[in-house]
Amino acid sequence: MRLILTTLTALLLATAVGVGATWMTTTRGTEIGALTIGPWTARPRTGTADVDPYSRATIVRNGELPIGTGDGVAFTATADDKKKALDGRCDVVVSGVTPPARFWTLTLYDRKGHLVANSLQRYGFTSQEIVRQSDGSFEIRIASRSRAGNWLPTGGIERYSLMLRLYDTPVGVATRTQRDAPMPTISTVGCS
Amino acid sequence: MIRLLFTIVAGVVLGLVVHLVSVLALPRIATQDAYSRLTPMTKLNGVTQLPLADPNTSPMPFMDPAFALAICRYDLSNGPIKLMVPVSQSYTSVSFYTRNEIAYYAINDRSAGRKVIELDLMTEAQHSELPEDEEVTAADRLIIDSPTATGLIVMKALAAEPGLMPQAQASLQAATCAPQTEVPAKAEAPRGRR
Repeated sequence: MRLILTTLTALLLATAVGVGATWMTTTRGTEIGALTIGPWTARPRTGTADVDPYSRATIVRNGELPIGTGDGVAFTATADDKKKALDGRCDVVVSGVTPPARFWTLTLYDRKGHLVANSLQRYGFTSQEIVRQSDGSFEIRIASRSRAGNWLPTGGIERYSLMLRLYDTPVGVATRTQRDAPMPTISTVGCS
Repeated sequence: MIRLLFTIVAGVVLGLVVHLVSVLALPRIATQDAYSRLTPMTKLNGVTQLPLADPNTSPMPFMDPAFALAICRYDLSNGPIKLMVPVSQSYTSVSFYTRNEIAYYAINDRSAGRKVIELDLMTEAQHSELPEDEEVTAADRLIIDSPTATGLIVMKALAAEPGLMPQAQASLQAATCAPQTEVPAKAEAPRGRR
């Protein structure tokens, strides 16, 4: 009787640990093959045939199609430079320069990867439509209420993520540091 | 006490096994992956235009709203596929995915280096059956080997500004993806197209 009980407990524990660990790793992602520059993280290998099993599981579970390396690379940020989670009720400024690429797009998603509805139907910017300063740098203001310049509306949602996609870029599997890929900074400048 | 400790250790070790098996098995058992989501809304061996990314109707998460998208869901079991995508004004790319969403090949307009991206997609077996012909392997014909018989081709055209979206969509409207009409037979006359 005790043997059965012990076995059952062990099996239950095994299921909990195993499924829990899988759920955690496919939700939060792992460090395997991750390229982190400031608040931005990319996984260039997900766009190649030697993608790691954890990324594969995440991709399949979310139902997304990763961007192929011959096409570009995608950087995601869920927090600002000071590791404060991106909050749609605050004013967040993304500024600076981007790594060399023929085109880039910056898009705002909720934490599940959906676009956030807003009356302007503005979900992001492309490198072509952004208003730049004379030195080529730019500043995008992410806020729930309308702002001057490059305003990206948040719809007031609590948590969001930003995705910077570089198309036709030398940034990829071989990139290691900020020097190869100067990423824009993200800072929270105030909360209403 | 020892029995309890043993139970916990056994549980954790077994749990790691469960974890590894489930991570490796997920790509095979998932039912909400991109291929399954796109299956009901796309043609087989033909080009389907996807609706623009939008907060409510996007078929997949993390779609780039600056792009017009078209999908060709392919099945190579009846022979190779020929793909033709005209290049749009700003940026066009074609990405290939296996049945389990592995991005095995992607090319953009600049690396294709011409006004129309033209590709032949076939399985490795079909590729090795091709007649060895200099003209066939000439530069005007790019052959891609698909690791699986089924999969997805994603064609994307960038609208650099929202106003350019109709043009991006129009260029994808002209894309074709169809089985090769001529069956590649062994040791036949050269099949150069020009």
